[in-house]
Formats: sequence, structure tokens, C-alpha cells
Amino acid sequence: MKGLSLFLGCLVPNRYPGIEMATKLCLAKLDIDCVDLEGASCCPAPGVFRSFDRTTWLTLASRNIVLSEQKDRDMLTICNGCFSTLEDANRSIKEDEESKEDVNRHLEKIGREIRGDINVRHIIEYLYQEYGPEKIASYVERQLNIRVAVHYGCHLIKPTKDRGLGSFERPAFFDELVTALGASSVEYPDKMACCGAGGGVRSAMKDRSLGMTEAKLARIEETGVDCIVNSCPFCHMQLDAGQTEIKEKNGAEFNIPVLHYTQLLGLALGFPAEMLGIDTGIEKNRKLMDLLDSQV
Amino acid sequence: MDDKNATGKDTLDKLTEVSTDALKCMQCGICSSSCPSGRHTSLNIRKLVKMAGKTTDILDSAELWMCTTCYNCQERCPRGIDIVEILLDIRAISAHNGRILPEHKEVCAMLIEHGHAVPINEENKMKRTGIGLEELPETVHKYKDELEEVKVLLSSCGFEELVMQAGISGKEDSA
Repeated sequence: MKGLSLFLGCLVPNRYPGIEMATKLCLAKLDIDCVDLEGASCCPAPGVFRSFDRTTWLTLASRNIVLSEQKDRDMLTICNGCFSTLEDANRSIKEDEESKEDVNRHLEKIGREIRGDINVRHIIEYLYQEYGPEKIASYVERQLNIRVAVHYGCHLIKPTKDRGLGSFERPAFFDELVTALGASSVEYPDKMACCGAGGGVRSAMKDRSLGMTEAKLARIEETGVDCIVNSCPFCHMQLDAGQTEIKEKNGAEFNIPVLHYTQLLGLALGFPAEMLGIDTGIEKNRKLMDLLDSQV
Repeated sequence: MDDKNATGKDTLDKLTEVSTDALKCMQCGICSSSCPSGRHTSLNIRKLVKMAGKTTDILDSAELWMCTTCYNCQERCPRGIDIVEILLDIRAISAHNGRILPEHKEVCAMLIEHGHAVPINEENKMKRTGIGLEELPETVHKYKDELEEVKVLLSSCGFEELVMQAGISGKEDSA
């Protein structure tokens, strides 16, 4: 198995750097061979850029993949959107010689060439396949006795024919990684429903986008969980910042903490919340921190 | 006027080509009933599938941009139609015909200028240093030569031109 390079994307380093820190701390603690990927750009995002021009989308994605090829490492993504773009682009390059030649005609102008000889991994998929819940559990220093609403997000698992992680209707692998940390994964209606942000809907139609988010949050609230855990910083932003935006829009108030899995894992591995960017200054996250502190 | 008609015909050919698979549709409606966006917006994906490949009217449909690409419709389609892939191809034809929403244009402008759809800002530079990370991440934000590479590729693919043109014809369309 190849080592990994960490693909950051846009939202993690530029909006939720705590997720970047949490990822790096967790990877080191789990002894995973992963290095920085210098000079990567936007993946670019599948919903918008692929919607405008497939060649541009494929070419920029290929440049990012080349950076990892040149290190002879597989790429590790921590975002469902990046996973969707990079996985789909990588498959196109591997399976379609014509696409590969087209892309290389563009890459030639910057002195690069894509070979199509590495793989793209998502951290949830990677941890599940290469470690598994039992091994993850063996690293846990702090059992998280909390109730969690797991949000898979769409592009981690769909389209299922390309992702190969089984049916999307009732998946369990992400839940198993959460329960490995001592937490309970609570079932809730519309668990597999979209957060509402994807496909450029958040940027162009904010109100409609938040309508979907509010429906999802209301379902989660009914279950009385301690937090939401996701695998995608775009879903993360929608479910987190979306709570503030929904309150401004129509006064509906949710106070549900939102964590990326690497942040939850970081807590279980013994790192303090501040290092993981689980900002205790955010009122809704303070609830969760107080609960965890009371359990120590 | 003749030119416009010629363009229209060419566009319909393209739409027909990317939508061939949609002809398998039997209008059962499971796509619409599985659509989270359809519960909150006017998106009726079943209608779009019915229109696909038959008329250029679909390019003016606001619903085309209400799909979050969650893939539920495609996953559950009993005829195995790649609905989302078709929709993305139709969106691209729409963009190449000058239709890009102003908000999406802004996202494109970010990519063109910074190499990121969501670039760094001062607030987040401080957040980064506050938790012990470097001010700038190991991305094109830090490596200017690498950002230049992205710009060369965007230009080589004609992306900037596409986005700029979309603004102009977008205005003409709505006039």
C-alpha cells in the first residue's frame, strides 16, 4: 500500500482550519504515513465547475492528482466534494485514454503529465477499510459517552456504482467508526437526506438551500442528540453556519454542535477541544464540551 | 437571427446526444419522490427527465440549478438512467450557451483569481495561527508559481472566456 498525501481543498484550510489540525493530529497518532500536498488548488468543486465545463473541471482535478503522483502517493481527501471530483476524475483518466490525452495536452503547458497510477481515498473510507472499527477503538484514550447523529453526506457513498461502498439506503460503516469511540450513533428519519448545500444550490439559492437544511436539522433535533458528526466540510458548514442563517431567516433556533469526524476522533484520541478547533466560544459547542468534561 | 437559429439547432443536437439515455424513462416518478430538493423547491426532476433532449427550453429552466446532485433519483431509478450525469451535461450546455447565474459567476471569479472557490481571508488566517497552524495552508495560497500553473490551465481550457461571455449573453437573454 502506498503512503498518502493530504489534499486540503478549500473549506478546510480557509474556513474550518480546526478540521485540518484535527486531521493531522489524528493521522500522526494513528501512525498513518501522510505528507502535505504542496501547491494544490480547489479540487475543483463537482457541483458548480463540472456543471460549467467538464474539460476545465477534469484538467484542474488532474493537476491536483499529478502533484500526488509525483510523490508516488495516494491522495487522502477529508471532504465528500473533493472525493467526488478527484475520484471521478481519476477514474476518467484511468479508463478513458481520450480524456487522458486531452488533459495531458493542457498539462503539457505547465510541464506536467498525468499517468493515472495512484488512488484517491476518503478518510472515512480509508479508516474503515485499512484500520476498521476495532483497531480504531484500540487507540481510544477517552471514551466519548455521547449520542451522535451521523451525517454521511451524498458524495461519500453515491453514485454507489462508482464508490463501491455498498447501498446508500442504510449504510453502517461510518456509524461503526463513531461507535468505536464509545459514542452511540442514533438512528433518525431522513438520515441519508442531503444537507441542502450541494450542486451550487447554496451559493445561488441560499433560502431554498436552507429549507432543506432546516428539515434535516428538525429531524435531528427530535432525537435529542449531543452533536452531529459529518465527513464533509461543505455539509459541515451548511449544518453549522446554516443554524445561524436559519435563525436570521425565520427565527427557528437549533443549538446542535457540529463536528467533522476527525474532530470527534481527535477528542477520543485525547487531544483538547481547542487544538481541534471545536471552539468553546461557540455556545452550541460549549454544551458538548461541558458534557464531556462532566464525564472525565 | 439566422445565426441564432443555427446555434439553436446545434444546441438541440447536443442536448439530444447527452440525453439519449433519458428516452428509457417510463415516468414512474420515483426520482421526484426521492428528491430532497423537490420537497423544498419547484424542482420536478421527473419533468426535467421528460424534457431532456427534446427541447432547448430546458436551458432556461431555473429548476436545472436547484439540484444538489445528491444522486437519490439516479440511485433509485428502476430503468438505471444516469439522471444526475445527464443533468450535469445539460447544465454545461446551458453554461456554454451563456447561462451562468450571477452568484455562480462570482464563485468562478474566485477560482480564476485565487485558485480556490472559497479563498482564505484575514479572519481565518488568525483562526489558523490561533490553533498552531501556519497562516497560509500548503496550497496555491502559499505557492504563487503553482497558482500561476492553475491560471495557465484555466486559460488553456478557455474557462475565463466562458465565464466572461456568460455574463454578456446572460444579460441579453433576460432583456
